[in-house]
Amino acid sequence: MVEPVLQIDNLVKSFGALRATDGITLDLKPGEIHALIGPNGAGKSTLIHQICGTLKQDSGTIRLAGEDIGALSAAARARRGLGRTFQVSSLAPEFSALRNVMLAVQARQGSSFGFFRPVMRDRSLIDPAMAILERVGLSDRARLPAAELSHGERRQLEIAMALALQSKALLLDEPMAGMGPEGSKRLTGFLDTLRQEAPILLVEHDMDAVFALADRISVLVYGRIIATGTVEDIRRDPAVRTAYLGDHA
Amino acid sequence: MVLTRENAVNLTLAVLLLAVPLAASALGQPFYITLATRIAILALAALGLNLALGLGGMVSFGHAAFFGIGGYAAGILASHALSGEPLLFDLSGTAQMPIIWLVAVIAAGLVALAIGALSLRTSGVYFIMITLAFAQMVYYFAISWPAYGGEDGLSIAVRNQFPGTNTMRPLNFFFVAYAVLLAGIGLFALIRASRFGAALVATRQNEIRVAALGIDPYRIRLAGFVISAMITALAGALYADLNRFVSPSMLAWHMSGELIVLIILGGTGRLFGPLAGAALYVAFEFALGGLTERWQFFLGLILLGVVLFARGGLLGLLAGKTKHG
Repeated sequence: MVEPVLQIDNLVKSFGALRATDGITLDLKPGEIHALIGPNGAGKSTLIHQICGTLKQDSGTIRLAGEDIGALSAAARARRGLGRTFQVSSLAPEFSALRNVMLAVQARQGSSFGFFRPVMRDRSLIDPAMAILERVGLSDRARLPAAELSHGERRQLEIAMALALQSKALLLDEPMAGMGPEGSKRLTGFLDTLRQEAPILLVEHDMDAVFALADRISVLVYGRIIATGTVEDIRRDPAVRTAYLGDHA
Repeated sequence: MVLTRENAVNLTLAVLLLAVPLAASALGQPFYITLATRIAILALAALGLNLALGLGGMVSFGHAAFFGIGGYAAGILASHALSGEPLLFDLSGTAQMPIIWLVAVIAAGLVALAIGALSLRTSGVYFIMITLAFAQMVYYFAISWPAYGGEDGLSIAVRNQFPGTNTMRPLNFFFVAYAVLLAGIGLFALIRASRFGAALVATRQNEIRVAALGIDPYRIRLAGFVISAMITALAGALYADLNRFVSPSMLAWHMSGELIVLIILGGTGRLFGPLAGAALYVAFEFALGGLTERWQFFLGLILLGVVLFARGGLLGLLAGKTKHG
């Protein structure tokens, strides 16, 4: 069996009497897109916070490429190869699109303590950043401040920054949120090409995108995973249909 | 360098600051030389704070501690040089500015490392309050330490020396302060444009995003805080030499507030904001101070106007909004 890139075992997180994460076991294998779906309040955000390190689990383990990262800070996890995007675009708003991506390139190079060399004359930052902006289709918007980009462009910039990190695993938190049908379709096509670069844990409400992209789907309800399987398995699963999909499938 | 509007404003400010004491010297008005020197030194102190506050978003209400540490470094070293008593073991005092500056910068850097390491675990109002609390600790320590004058402060009998120039002449001392200010502004510009500067400015804008990229915001802020304190301490050493006197008032919270006021007046995060702010402040103090003892009331009104109507300070008014390339 292939060693999973990301392995989550028996993760538990309670807020008072509420078990928001109730013994979740989940893995992400090389080359796959693993979609995580579930109704609002199922505990998706809580789970993401724990994986990324902005919330500490009560018990259970999180391993990235075999290493236990469950006790590390968010920054340390990112340095070990966990890239993410945010549900609500989270950028440096005053910086141009280019400088946002350059910051990610700089972070990947592990060198934020250079004090004298100007970044805007540093080809080792600018060139890779421009190449990535080109890939996500933002190269003609490179010089605009992130705050002046459209909603869809900000979503693309989020992905560009995650790509620049050359992570071992990507965690995309509702990348389609707020995108029109046209934009969603384009982004779906783009994400499809990414899975070979890094496996993706995809949290998404857009079922068309999920069904088009996912190799496997896990369904989260009330803090538990009630089913994991291929798109076909999940479509057919009666428990999933009642709990979540309703008429949609 | 491209002559943008901001560069033109900056250049004008730098030239004006140089022209005033030269003209004053030619006209035999040494008082104005002292005024210009005061502007240069206060601008340097605020420049230091601007690195933490303007670039890093750290509203330190305790930078007087570093300003005062710089001042006391100058005063204590000079007093030992004069008396000939060793400072520690075999180490003697010195009246050489370059050595004093080095001591001031290192001492303030170490204190800032300790204060910053603890304070930066908090944020927002708590950070403001905890930096204030640490500065007050340093203040009360200075007051209760009789060896160096305690409450009365410490006089510097003869201004410390800089190789190759007679610092007792006001114009010469101005040149020294002016050169240090320009070097400080150059350093600030370099740091702001560097990788570290990018990380520091990004941390102010979006700490969570920076962490998600794998850059530890705490370490970036701490480094920024320490560098900021070092620059302010250098200004403190010069300030003590300007007045040939250092007292606990340099460490008082009032001084911390003054530095913040200078930055807001001039333009937060702007390269020449501190100089613009210091020039305005000293000019008000001089012009209004001659008319009324309550000049700070009017300064308060002006500050209110800036905060309400000109958030970018003087630089914002003259040169427009900041651009980040």
